[in-house]
Amino acid sequence: MGKDFSSALRPAIVMTILFTVLLGLVYPLAMTGIGQAIFPSQANGSLVRDARGTVVGSTVVGQAFTADRYFQTRPSAAGKGYDGLASSGSNLGPAARALVDRLKPDIARRRAEGVSGPIPADLVTASGSGLDPDLSPAAALAQTSRIARVRGVPDERVRKLVVDATDASILGEPHVNVLALNRALDALPGTGPSGARLR
Amino acid sequence: MTLQGWFLILGFVALLLALTKPVGIWLFTLYEGRRTPLHVVLGPVERGFYKLAGIDPTVEQGWRRYALHMLLFNATLMAFTYAVLRLQGVLPGNPQGLAGLSPNLAFNTAISFTTNTNWQSYGGESTMSNLSQMLGLTIHNFLSAATGIALAFALFRGFARRESKAIGNFWADVTRVTLYVLLPISIVYALFLIASGVPQTMAGVVEVQTLEGAKQSLLLGPVASQEAIKMLGTNGGGFFNANSAHPFENPTALTNLMQMLSIFLIGFGLTWTFGKAVGNPRQGWAILSAMVILFLAGVTITYAQEAAGSPVLHHLGVTGGNMEGKEVRFGIAASALFSVVTTAASCGAVNSMHDSFTALGGLVPLFNMQLGEVVIGGVGAGIYGFLLFAILAVFVAGLMVGRTPEYVGKKIEAREVKLAVLAIAVLPLMILGLTALSSVLAQGLAGPLNRGPHGFSEILYAFTSAVGNNGSAFAGLTANTPYYNGLLGVAMWVGRFFIIVPMLAIAGGLAAKKYTPESAGSFPTTGGLWIGLLVGIVLILGGLTFLPSLALGPIADHLAMISGKLS
Amino acid sequence: MAQTTQSRSRTRSLFTADLVVPAIKASFLKLDPRELVRNPVMFVTAAVAALMTVLLVIGQDDLSVGFKLQLVVWLWLTVLFGTFAEALAERRGKAQAASLRATKAELTAKRLNGDGRQFDNVPASQLKVGDIVLVETNDLIPSDGDVVSGVASVNEAAITGESAPVIREAGGDRSAVTAGTRVISDEIRVKVTVEPGKGFLDRMIALVEGAERQKTPNEIALTLLLVGLTIIFLIAVGTIPGFASYAGGSIPVAILAALLITLIPTTIAALLSAIGIAGMDRLVRFNVLAKSGRAVEAAGDIDVLLLDKTGTITIGDRQASEFRAVSGTSPRELADAALMASLADETPEGRSIVLLARERFHVATAGLPADAEIIPFTAQTRISGVKVGGSLIQKGAVDSILRANAGSGETAAATELRRITDEIARAGGTPLAVALDGRLLGAIFLKDVVKAGIRERFGELRAMGIRTVMITGDNPLTAAAIAAEAGVDDFLAQATPEDKLELIRKEQTGGRLVAMCGDGTNDAPALAQADVGVAMNTGTQAAREAGNMVDLDSDPTKLIEVVGLGKQLLMTRGALTTFSVANDVAKYFAIIPAMFVVLYPGLGVLNVMRLGSPESAILSAIIFNAVIIPCLVPLALRGVAYKPMAAGPLLARNLAVYGLGGLVAPFIGIKIIDLVVGGLGLA
Repeated sequence: MGKDFSSALRPAIVMTILFTVLLGLVYPLAMTGIGQAIFPSQANGSLVRDARGTVVGSTVVGQAFTADRYFQTRPSAAGKGYDGLASSGSNLGPAARALVDRLKPDIARRRAEGVSGPIPADLVTASGSGLDPDLSPAAALAQTSRIARVRGVPDERVRKLVVDATDASILGEPHVNVLALNRALDALPGTGPSGARLR
Repeated sequence: MTLQGWFLILGFVALLLALTKPVGIWLFTLYEGRRTPLHVVLGPVERGFYKLAGIDPTVEQGWRRYALHMLLFNATLMAFTYAVLRLQGVLPGNPQGLAGLSPNLAFNTAISFTTNTNWQSYGGESTMSNLSQMLGLTIHNFLSAATGIALAFALFRGFARRESKAIGNFWADVTRVTLYVLLPISIVYALFLIASGVPQTMAGVVEVQTLEGAKQSLLLGPVASQEAIKMLGTNGGGFFNANSAHPFENPTALTNLMQMLSIFLIGFGLTWTFGKAVGNPRQGWAILSAMVILFLAGVTITYAQEAAGSPVLHHLGVTGGNMEGKEVRFGIAASALFSVVTTAASCGAVNSMHDSFTALGGLVPLFNMQLGEVVIGGVGAGIYGFLLFAILAVFVAGLMVGRTPEYVGKKIEAREVKLAVLAIAVLPLMILGLTALSSVLAQGLAGPLNRGPHGFSEILYAFTSAVGNNGSAFAGLTANTPYYNGLLGVAMWVGRFFIIVPMLAIAGGLAAKKYTPESAGSFPTTGGLWIGLLVGIVLILGGLTFLPSLALGPIADHLAMISGKLS
Repeated sequence: MAQTTQSRSRTRSLFTADLVVPAIKASFLKLDPRELVRNPVMFVTAAVAALMTVLLVIGQDDLSVGFKLQLVVWLWLTVLFGTFAEALAERRGKAQAASLRATKAELTAKRLNGDGRQFDNVPASQLKVGDIVLVETNDLIPSDGDVVSGVASVNEAAITGESAPVIREAGGDRSAVTAGTRVISDEIRVKVTVEPGKGFLDRMIALVEGAERQKTPNEIALTLLLVGLTIIFLIAVGTIPGFASYAGGSIPVAILAALLITLIPTTIAALLSAIGIAGMDRLVRFNVLAKSGRAVEAAGDIDVLLLDKTGTITIGDRQASEFRAVSGTSPRELADAALMASLADETPEGRSIVLLARERFHVATAGLPADAEIIPFTAQTRISGVKVGGSLIQKGAVDSILRANAGSGETAAATELRRITDEIARAGGTPLAVALDGRLLGAIFLKDVVKAGIRERFGELRAMGIRTVMITGDNPLTAAAIAAEAGVDDFLAQATPEDKLELIRKEQTGGRLVAMCGDGTNDAPALAQADVGVAMNTGTQAAREAGNMVDLDSDPTKLIEVVGLGKQLLMTRGALTTFSVANDVAKYFAIIPAMFVVLYPGLGVLNVMRLGSPESAILSAIIFNAVIIPCLVPLALRGVAYKPMAAGPLLARNLAVYGLGGLVAPFIGIKIIDLVVGGLGLA
């Protein structure tokens, strides 16, 4: 066995080195090179810039929207909310008191905004990543009357934005990207100024 | 549940069934050591590797030698990763300037990735540098998967060969599988992911000024290249903490479907390879059928439970299924499906948080892992685990046809039974033993986030996932402590290699046996009866072993949930 | 086949007092830990029962003493039922052996001195290999051996149960004698071939008593599986206190013990050795003696059966069926000559010629004239015949007749005779030429008569996946015709012992297991090579030593039944294992809710059987677990019903009966016991 062991040592060490170079360096670096060349936007995070070139977000990653004039994103358990360096779900169980305690004020707030009837589940539940970029159409539509009121535009125009922005892939469930939706909202003629300028 | 949801689930299975034979043929070519079209490009690389390492790929090994080389290779890789993780702070490729890992976390992580578990006691974005992700982790995603497939090949040879001393050459198997299967698919797959929005860059953090004027830091990195092999090799260790729920890892419903497909792709194909190797593809289809039945039963339960949602939430006025911990772009069906896929295979990637599943919806992933992840299972590991169950099934019921039990022409005798039982007994010993220990010790009880039976489920899930080399979690558990890092590390090591070694011993013993030709008197191992028997044995053995723990975890949790009792 | 085996095993009732009473006594003696440890599952059960007995005295928990006492009693009963099953099986063997033992008790030998005339009377136990003993009329043969001189008729009823005497003579294939058999006429000298205490009779006694029983390969594998399951369930139950502690409660040891014992495979473990003993016993009742349990198991695995044509496939004797005369001779003329040549021939063949001649041509000749001179058959001439009234009638193999009559081979009649004999051979017959004063008359068609029903039997074997090969000394033409008629899969014609050995080796190289039977000394190598070699008891000592089974009835057809018995043994084990494991599901549903309802009252919904109370549920499960053992003893001893069929349908049937049955039966049984326990106020 001793001889077997030492004869196995060389391949074990050499193969570790060779595979590390191939799989740990050559492969990811080559993919980076090719990715940067062919799909530069996606490879760098699908970033969205405003007219001045400032990065305002990523089309694929969600960001916190809490203001009344925007479609608000789902509750987030990523850090203090939509923390790009601490993605996480709440991990609360289905009968956890902590979950109910979190839900109750959120639900009360929606009721106060005038949402009657059942509340769409995604509107008050935290996503798995804490960075969910989307809302279900129902959760978006539940917010249109508040937005229309704050922005002083007809509810139908806001609703139309939602319907237009809805992505109904058969592979997942229908969803709307909140960042795109809110940018469309800011672009609506005759509505209030965008959040950044207001502040 | 929706029609669209079922369309997705059944379409998913249909796609895989269509891919089974082509993938199986490709793997069979490598099993046989024959040339593939890719040899034109990669053949020189393969030969160069052998030359530098002093390997003669034509020299076959007996099971002991095969096991020794496999173990030594894995130990070397593990030591290497441990070193990289500990030295992270002084190594390059660290744009965030992250410090080296603590000894216990580095120990846990090195074992985790070596054993194809990819349990992550850490959050990737706040712990791992780009170099660590590439050098320390991505290589394991390839090599632990290649090791699994190589081992499956070795067992296939045990069944297929007659009066042979050898079961193949470990280095040849690992190298060929890596070069001609995993690497080429990963390259194409990674490109698809990049095109779909998965980052692939050496840069670090990007600062974002949100529409509301707040600051958001987004972490980029070589995500796509790691993501591809993470799924294909049923590894599951994400670049980010949220794993495949993170939009940068899994940005669209289409990438989600591709991720699920890639988890199962090789596992499905290997069943065909097995059938072909033993001379009758129907043997492979029979195994696959049993797996698919168990899989679909699991999907049905989880999907139904998640779609029904929690009565606790309904009571508060929330409608619809259980969306806590799920992403809107995937929805209920694709999340439920993903959870069952990832735990049926030993992948462990998640696109939704299993901890927040309804109690019975979360029971299925847990039970999948307790069965030893043999429903499709991890690449290689799934089929060799399932074949251990097949050996027991043949033995228990095979006597009923009045002959010494045989499986695919090999008599199943005392040695096989002993080793198979030994391998299978590792599961309850480690899972239940360590869970019981942690249910008593203060260090263990400090872990759970949730209270009541759900907290128990978190502990149970952690050890089940570790022993099963899955890597998914009821992530509420605070596992980055010396206690959990240490015990989970041991659990992963034992769960991997204490099954592999008896399995290789079986392979060696079978290879040496004579072939018993099939006749009308042979125990039938292709028809519906056999498929039903396999399903029954897997369920009964798994069910009997784990029912008490499930009763005190998810089942008690479920009963509390439906009665509205909070904990 | 099924009927034969079953009717034989029914000849003795299972539970008669003379069997049961000693078995009950023995079942307590078997509680000796040194003996129990051979059966690990029952050992664990006994250990748990002992632990509970101790805890009954010193333990403290909230359970009532009455409940715990009942639990302890049932735990011990579980163990006792297991030892009882084994003891009962052994008793049945012992009863069988008792008569043999009586025979063996007082054997004395007349050991010949060096001069071969004087002898000493010595006890048989002092005989050594190589001693020569004299056995005279009415003496019991003192030891197994070979006849070295003399001829005697021997009554072997002591071992075969057959009272008709058999001839034993020096040389040839009938030289072996067995200790304990009685010479009823003449005297013989016998050379002792075995050490005292190792003879046939001794082995037989030891085997039927189960004293020398060693675990067979499948039994060892099964025991390992049962040990594995026991370990797994030990883990499953042993970790429950930890889980309960998380839930803030504790589970009394008594209840954990009950769960453990109901989960570990006590049923099959208790019956395992009884099944093995009973399997050997069935074979013995069938007058076949297996030298090891391994041989019985191998019988179930047989893929190829080598069957001697004569006596197995065809009835032993050929029958004359036709007279075929050459041109210029009338069939009547041939029949006349054949009749005359056969009147003195007392072989069955000869008699059938006489019979045919009388039936077909009404030849009235009553007997040979007084001056007739009979020419007997000799191995040299291979011709028999008669000289009557100055003319010579010869009868014999065609070649021999031609050889005996120089010049006759070149005649036209010879050519025609050869054509006729070829035709006969092709039709599966044996030609016997007849010549009158050197003139060829024609040939008698001796037909092999295939046994009734044998074709169907081979069909059954084929369905079971067993190939039959007919072994015959006939030429290939004849063999092919008989093979086709009998429906065997293959044949080996003009077979020499070397050919047989060769064929066995070839089949074994292909991974097939081969069974054969034989009696001659030249069969010995093939008998030894075969996986199952059944030696005829009438055969030579060498053959009996080489085979791993001996058929006391010397009936080669029984090879087929032996395969059936082997299969039945394996099936019984498999069926009861499956039943035992399937039982666990219901026991879980009885005990888990009862056990955990104190921790989480909601878990009461798992009590699908609606059992009266937690105590009653636990008690009912443990009672069911215990009483199922004696309930299954008859099945274990008789073996599961066995019908020859293909593996697929067989598995479907057994899975339905023992798999599904094993799932369902305990639900019903436990519910009924629960009602009784509740009704009697036991819990």
